[in-house]
Order: sequence, then C-alpha cells, then structure tokens
Amino acid sequence: MSPHFDVIVIGGGPAGLTAGIYLSRAKVSTLVLDTGIVGGQMVLTHEIANYPGVEHISGYELARTMKMQAQSFGCKIRSNIKITDVQLEGEIKSVEVNGKESFTAPAVIVATGGRSRLLGATGEVEFKGKGISYCATCDGDFFQDKEIIVVGGGNSALEEAVALTKYASKVTVVHQFDHFQALEHYVEEAKKNEKIDFIMESTISAFHGDEKLRGVTIQHIPSGEKTEMKIDGVFIFIGYQPNTEWLNGQLELSHYNEIVVNKDMETSLPGVFAAGDSITKRFRQVTTAVADGTIAALVAAEYVNRLKKEVRSVEVA
Amino acid sequence: MTLRTNLTHLVTEADHKKFTEENENVMICCGRMGPMCIPVYGVMEELESEYKHVKFADMAFDSPDAKVIRDLPECRGFAGLPFTVYYKNGKVVKATSSIQSHEEITEILDSNFGK
Ligand SMILES: Cc1cc2nc3c(=O)[nH]c(=O)nc-3n(C[C@H](O)[C@H](O)[C@H](O)COP(=O)(O)OP(=O)(O)OC[C@H]3O[C@@H](n4cnc5c(N)ncnc54)[C@H](O)[C@@H]3O)c2cc1C
Repeated sequence: MSPHFDVIVIGGGPAGLTAGIYLSRAKVSTLVLDTGIVGGQMVLTHEIANYPGVEHISGYELARTMKMQAQSFGCKIRSNIKITDVQLEGEIKSVEVNGKESFTAPAVIVATGGRSRLLGATGEVEFKGKGISYCATCDGDFFQDKEIIVVGGGNSALEEAVALTKYASKVTVVHQFDHFQALEHYVEEAKKNEKIDFIMESTISAFHGDEKLRGVTIQHIPSGEKTEMKIDGVFIFIGYQPNTEWLNGQLELSHYNEIVVNKDMETSLPGVFAAGDSITKRFRQVTTAVADGTIAALVAAEYVNRLKKEVRSVEVA
Repeated sequence: MTLRTNLTHLVTEADHKKFTEENENVMICCGRMGPMCIPVYGVMEELESEYKHVKFADMAFDSPDAKVIRDLPECRGFAGLPFTVYYKNGKVVKATSSIQSHEEITEILDSNFGK
C-alpha cells in the first residue's frame, strides 16, 4: 500500500514550507515534495530585506530555517524528486514520484511557484553560462569592461541594467515594446545612465558564437528586419511563468496559466488547495507566499479533520 | 577560504590534485554562495548517498588556488557560476557552466561514471 499522509504539499518554496510548518504543528501528517532543492526562488535571492522581523537575511538562510522549522514539527520533506504522475480527482489523491513510489492523501496543496521565463531564441540553451546569464549578481563580474545586452523592460531588467554598468563598458537594453513596464523610477535611473542605450520594439532571435557567445541577431518586431550585433554577454530578465504545466489541465487555470483559487485558497477541485506564486494574484513576494501557505494549510487541516470526523461518525452509526 | 556546504572542501591545489588522483570518479563544483551555485551544491549533497562510486567536493571560486579549475581549457569561454567539472582517473571528462538541474547532473554522472 502507498504511504498515506493527511496532506501532500507539492512545492517546497516559502508557500509550501509555511504550509508544512502549520500542518505539522497541528499534528496533521504532511509530506512536502519538491523537484529541486527546498526553498524555491528564495534561494535565488542574495539578500531579503523586506521580510518583517528579520532586518536582512540571505534567501538561502531563510529557506534553511523554514525547512528546519517544518522538520522540527515532524513534517516529511523530499527534495530533488520528479513527479511522474498525479491524480487530484476523487476523495483520495495520489502522487507518483520518480516513476516508482506513490503517496496518497485526502488533501493536496499545490505550491509550485514560478520560474524565470526563457527567451526561446536559437542558441539560448547552448550559450547559457557561456555569455548568457539570468543572474546579474552572480555573473556580472565576468563582463568587466565588456559590452553586454539586457533583455526586458520590467523592474528587474532596468534595475539590473543599471547595476551591470558597474562592470560593463556599455549596456544595451533590448525590449519588445515601444514603452517600458517598469516603474517610472527604474526607467529614469536607466535613461540617465550614460552607459545605457536602448533598442525598442525588438527582440533577440538568435545567439551566435563558438566556445562562447560572440554575437546576436536582433529582430525589429514591427518590420521583421534583422541586424547582427557583436556582443560579449546577454542578461535575460523577461519575467516569470508559473510552474503549472505538470497539472495537465486537472485544475482551472487563468489565461496566464496561474491556478484559480478563492480567498480560502481552494481550487476548482475539492480537497485541492493552492498557494504562492503559482496562483492568480497581483503581488508575488515571500510575505504573500507565506500568507497564502498559512491560509491553505489552515483550510486544508479543517477539510481533513472534517473528513476524519465524518468517517468516525459513519463507523459509530 | 571554504564554502558553507556539507560537501568535502578543497582548499589548495594540492587538495585538488590528491582528490582527483586518488578517486576514480569525481565531481567538483567551483563557485560562491550565490543563487546559481547553491542549488548545485544541494543536488550534490543529496546525490552523495546515492552515487557511492562518485566523490563530490566543492572549491571556493575566489580562492587563488581555484585557478586549477578556472584555468582549465575545458572551462574556456565559461562566464557563469558555478564551474562544475567531472574527472575520471584524474582526467576531465565534462565541464559545465552556470546552474544545472538534478536531471542534468545525474545524466552527466550516469553517462560518464555509470549508474
Ligand atoms: C531573483 C529574485 C529575487 C527576489 N527577491 C525577493 C525579495 O527580496 N523579497 C521578497 O519578498 N520576494 C522576493 N522574490 C520573490 C519570492 O522569492 C517569491 O515570491 C516566492 O519565493 C514565491 O514562493 P512560492 O513558495 O510560491 O514559490 P517558489 O519560491 O517558486 O517555490 C516553488 C517550489 O516548488 C518547486 N516545484 C516547481 N515545480 C514543481 C513540481 N512540478 N513538483 C514539485 N515541486 C515543484 C520548486 O522547485 C520550488 O522549490 C524574489 C524572486 C526572485 C526570482
């Protein structure tokens, strides 16, 4: 028989770990499953300075503390697994891991968060780490006195473009629209920086090089016209996409593939809850993920306890 | 200079030489405590108990002795942390730049060192 839990939490970022803490502390047996290392996008954050009660902390440390806190209450955590099958309909949900182990539970919380969007241009995978980067703080110093491109027009793209001028001799921002989505403050900072140039209504359609990136093809979107540009590095910050494709249509999703929930974090299926960056919402932060995880856990605990009570009263009758 | 991981830390060039020469299958991740590196250390820590025929270690990218990895011909053109290098009998068989997933790492381990 498959190991049975009260709740299975899929995703071990701040939303999932918070759910694990609340559920385990309430003596609701809980398993957290994560395809990567636990901590989610928090681990990608050098410093978190807006988590109340902690002046500043590295995302890694905060993730480690949350994980230990959950485990101290008896929460079981499995990381670096692959979910090979998931059945969310019916009273008992099942999750198959690595094609060989199965776990069951009456309730599931989906907290699979999101990930950086890839550009999808030719050569992007080939030149990752060889000129293409998704992390300015990690790789900025490889581009000392070099010419680079930043792709994107949101807050992250413009903030990182400014930060990268500390290293690069020239930064060209390539953006698909004729205006920026970033807040005015970020736009102004970027525009007044003498090292930054802009190529608007354009995208990179291909990356070229040998053992490292040497150049890109830039395509002007309205005209389709292509130009070649020699470049040493490209940083890509084009937003976020929710990790929901693995659900295979089992839950109602929004136009942006985010999970649709109500204020109690209930999804379109009974016994299935969702929390954090993978749901439809406006602000994606550690604090909002933690809040969603709390609500999902408390409502899931109520749901599981109600089911247990119903079973007991049937047995008594 | 060592990294805050639970892996074996290689500090000097001599440590690196001894580790790669004395063990048949070796994976070394050379990085910092940054967002692209930490997930790779996490995967390595987990794989240590599963891949008993492979020895895992890390090395701090900014230590002067880490030039044994930074200057490898196989790492030429690398511009993304961490630099991860796989050795068989002391010879480099594969090197990767930037973050790698659990799946990507196990694929390299399985194809170069067997399951
Ligand atoms: C570079 C960066 C800097 C940031 N800085 C800040 C900041 O300073 N302050 C702040 O408040 N917020 C910050 N954020 C946002 C914050 O990190 C996120 O809002 C928060 O981590 C979302 O939490 P989550 O638990 O919903 O999802 P995530 O953190 O994305 O975690 C989801 C987890 O689910 C796992 N997963 C994904 N798919 C599956 C699957 N199919 N099966 C099992 N597991 C799966 C992932 O491996 C991951 O561990 C930052 C984000 C980034 C990328």
